[in-house]
Amino acid sequence: MPRASSLLSPRGWAWFLGTGALLIVVVPLLNALPNASSPAQIPDYLIPLLGKYACYALLALSLDLVWGYAGILSLGHGAFFALGGYAMGMYLMRQIGTRGVYANPDLPDFMVFLNWKALPWYWHGFDHFAFAAVMIVLAPGLLAFAFGWFAFRSRVTGVYLSIITQALTYALLLVFFRNDTGFGGNNGLTDFKDILGFNIQAPGTRRALYIASVVALGLGYLACRAIVVSKLGRLLLALRDAEDRVRFLGYSVAHAKLFVFTASAVLAGIAGALYVPQVGIINPSEFSPGNSIEIAIWVAVGGRGTLLGALLGAVIVNAAKTWLTGSLPEIWLFVLGGLFILVTLAFPQGLLGLRMQLRSWRGDGGRPRGVISEESAP
Amino acid sequence: MTPAPNSGATTESLLYLDGVTVSFDGFRALNDLSFLVEAGEVRSVIGPNGAGKTTMMDVITGKTRPDRGSVVFEGKHDLTRLDESDIANLGIGRKFQKPTVFENLSVSENLELARKSPRGVARTLLAAPSEAERAEIAATIERIGLVGREHARAGSLSHGQKQWLEIGMLLIQDQRLLLLDEPVAGMTDRETEATAELILSLAGARTVVVVEHDMEFVRSLAARVTVLHEGAVLAEGSVDFVQNHPAVIDVYLGR
Repeated sequence: MPRASSLLSPRGWAWFLGTGALLIVVVPLLNALPNASSPAQIPDYLIPLLGKYACYALLALSLDLVWGYAGILSLGHGAFFALGGYAMGMYLMRQIGTRGVYANPDLPDFMVFLNWKALPWYWHGFDHFAFAAVMIVLAPGLLAFAFGWFAFRSRVTGVYLSIITQALTYALLLVFFRNDTGFGGNNGLTDFKDILGFNIQAPGTRRALYIASVVALGLGYLACRAIVVSKLGRLLLALRDAEDRVRFLGYSVAHAKLFVFTASAVLAGIAGALYVPQVGIINPSEFSPGNSIEIAIWVAVGGRGTLLGALLGAVIVNAAKTWLTGSLPEIWLFVLGGLFILVTLAFPQGLLGLRMQLRSWRGDGGRPRGVISEESAP
Repeated sequence: MTPAPNSGATTESLLYLDGVTVSFDGFRALNDLSFLVEAGEVRSVIGPNGAGKTTMMDVITGKTRPDRGSVVFEGKHDLTRLDESDIANLGIGRKFQKPTVFENLSVSENLELARKSPRGVARTLLAAPSEAERAEIAATIERIGLVGREHARAGSLSHGQKQWLEIGMLLIQDQRLLLLDEPVAGMTDRETEATAELILSLAGARTVVVVEHDMEFVRSLAARVTVLHEGAVLAEGSVDFVQNHPAVIDVYLGR
């Protein structure tokens, strides 16, 4: 019988809630300690950095959902992340009001600079957070739906799909790069002042954004778990391994893929929206094809088809990146490339898979459900 | 020699292929093939390699679109206009030549996905396991002789067991017409025998079309045999009839 599939095991819940409490309660409290010289105090610069990692982890989670489970290797997930980020950025730009360099009450600085006379129609509504929040979900969701509609119905799979997702994000890069499309061109959107009326630079706002990111990550993780432990989750694993068989069982492969791809893009968009106020800028480089490939590396390093692995991979690789780009910036790309080669050749199931492997050598068996077995690997 | 299906048969026959032609790069895999299956019968289809057996299955299940001809199911559905999942939902199930089960799912999860149930995305996402489902899966596992392997990964099964699991998936899918492409390939003699019994026990309630190379197995089914050759029907009749048919001996059995 299919085992009763629970969202998390009792031990899993304990870990989830424990880690959540640590990140949401303890870390901000330690940051808010009045005595800045206390060794327990978490310095201010770490809060947005940790918040950024949480956003990357959510982004990695979204990719693992489509790649690890449904076998769709999207190398364009950075585009959905960036679209969510731009939707948030447009709201933040409108909050600047007359505090810009040109103090124009109607137009953001870059439009004044480029001699725009009026606000383009697609900027209307971004004065309101609620509208921006809807767009954060809609923009990546609709793009993923439209893209998936054509790609999955035409049965584009494997490396061909990966290539067109790269093309998708590159095309968007070019669009957002242009000055005349009204997204700030090369410089993107920056110089934000406040969010929901709070000063975006204030430590309290930073903590709130960090907490929001961790909460979004936690909820995103539960949402992904809910999908993968459902019957639909098993259907995704099934179509990853034998797509034709799924069709002959009477399921629509295209619909299942479309659902999971769109859901994943929405998660990526939310991650991007939370990322932008914490780093203070969104520009077209977020659409660059290399960024999207990097996401796949995080997931591969952590172990695809495990969700948790994607999350850990994103944090570990980015922590290494922060450290290395600070101390030895010129070797970072070599390390990243080397890591990818090492993971692919030596432990294709990633860090979590390595743990499972060690465990099975010790004889207690067990294999992550999403991990691709040798027999079915392409 | 070749009994031509009469055109009036469409209303009673479960499946009716009429003048189906399929070409791949000039090679005619099916050449004006006409073929009739009555409801409740077991039918064996034999023929040398390249005779078009698998292509015929592909056409019936919507994997390949014919260049010409029609495929009518239950006298009303033209299968050439439908896609694979629509055809599956009309009640046509297929077992592939190479056993195709979901290797990374357990035996019972394979059956869970195959079991007749709403196929929409939302219904699948929200599906909750029911008592009826458990019972049906347990009964099917017993029927296909995999008791004790419920939670085994399907990829860990032997070749013969995979074949059985795939047949079990068709049974629990509750299809009217089962197309079995070489169901006993790689099975031991005893497994082959058990498979023949299983297939014969289905006759009446379901219609079964078996493509097979193993003449021993075809004889044990004692069903009507259709011999395909170069994409068309060469002969059709009882096992003895086709085995003694000079043209059949010439192209196939005599080798």
